[in-house]
Amino acid sequence: MMEPGLYHLLFVSTALFFIGVYGFFTRRNLVIMLMSIELILNSVNINFIAFNKYLWPHKMDGLFFSIFVIAIAAAEAAVAIAIIINLYRSHQSIDVERAEEMKF
Amino acid sequence: MSGSTIIFYMLAALTLVSGMLAVTTRQIFRAAIFLLFSLIGIAGLFFWMQYDFIAAVQIVVYVGGITVLIIFSIFLTQQAGDLLPKQKMGRQVFSALAAFCGFALIMVQLYQHNFNTTTEQPVEPSVANIGNQMLGVGENGFALPFEVVSMLLLAALIGCIVIALRSKPATI
Repeated sequence: MMEPGLYHLLFVSTALFFIGVYGFFTRRNLVIMLMSIELILNSVNINFIAFNKYLWPHKMDGLFFSIFVIAIAAAEAAVAIAIIINLYRSHQSIDVERAEEMKF
Repeated sequence: MSGSTIIFYMLAALTLVSGMLAVTTRQIFRAAIFLLFSLIGIAGLFFWMQYDFIAAVQIVVYVGGITVLIIFSIFLTQQAGDLLPKQKMGRQVFSALAAFCGFALIMVQLYQHNFNTTTEQPVEPSVANIGNQMLGVGENGFALPFEVVSMLLLAALIGCIVIALRSKPATI
């Protein structure tokens, strides 16, 4: 085992990203799809921080990008859960297969 | 092999294994708990990289906020003890193949690429530096994105209230 560096962190974040992609493709439940999106966004955060630490340590841009990603992910999760609860009220299910029609 | 190396591999294993279990388990509540552990592992990776502030933000926002929100939405929308429906085999195989191909492609690109490191004096990512730069309006300041994100959060807040309001039965 080598001393961990940039490549190890990039490996971890890439693996986490594709775990999220796998979950997004296989699951038909809206809550699990939301959780997969959270995993994807978190892997992007690891990438930003790792590049900031190892390649541009004289700036803090990556850190700010990941702070903004976290803020936007929080807003996105809140809106998504409001939509999911509203969908459950009208369809009694949060399966994407059963929510095919757009209904006002 | 130093202690730092061992801690890194433990954190990486925690993150990846619990992330994997979160997308493969058939009990939705367990999936949320595995997601919680995966997020804690990511916060540990940030601590390992000595970015303390972003690790604290990760724990407060994700572990304390978003996971609790997800668990509550599971309580509101799921019958207790229900298993998630079994996935079609073809879809599972296809998704795993697509994810693995993407992973392999990125890894091949990554290991052929040489990153150039800088030799300039590093900046300490302390809370004082972050705060000064976050609200700075000069060069390298992030005051404008900060304001835009605060507007976005306000819009999301109002949007959530409007969407989740129970609408009255339509009177014709």
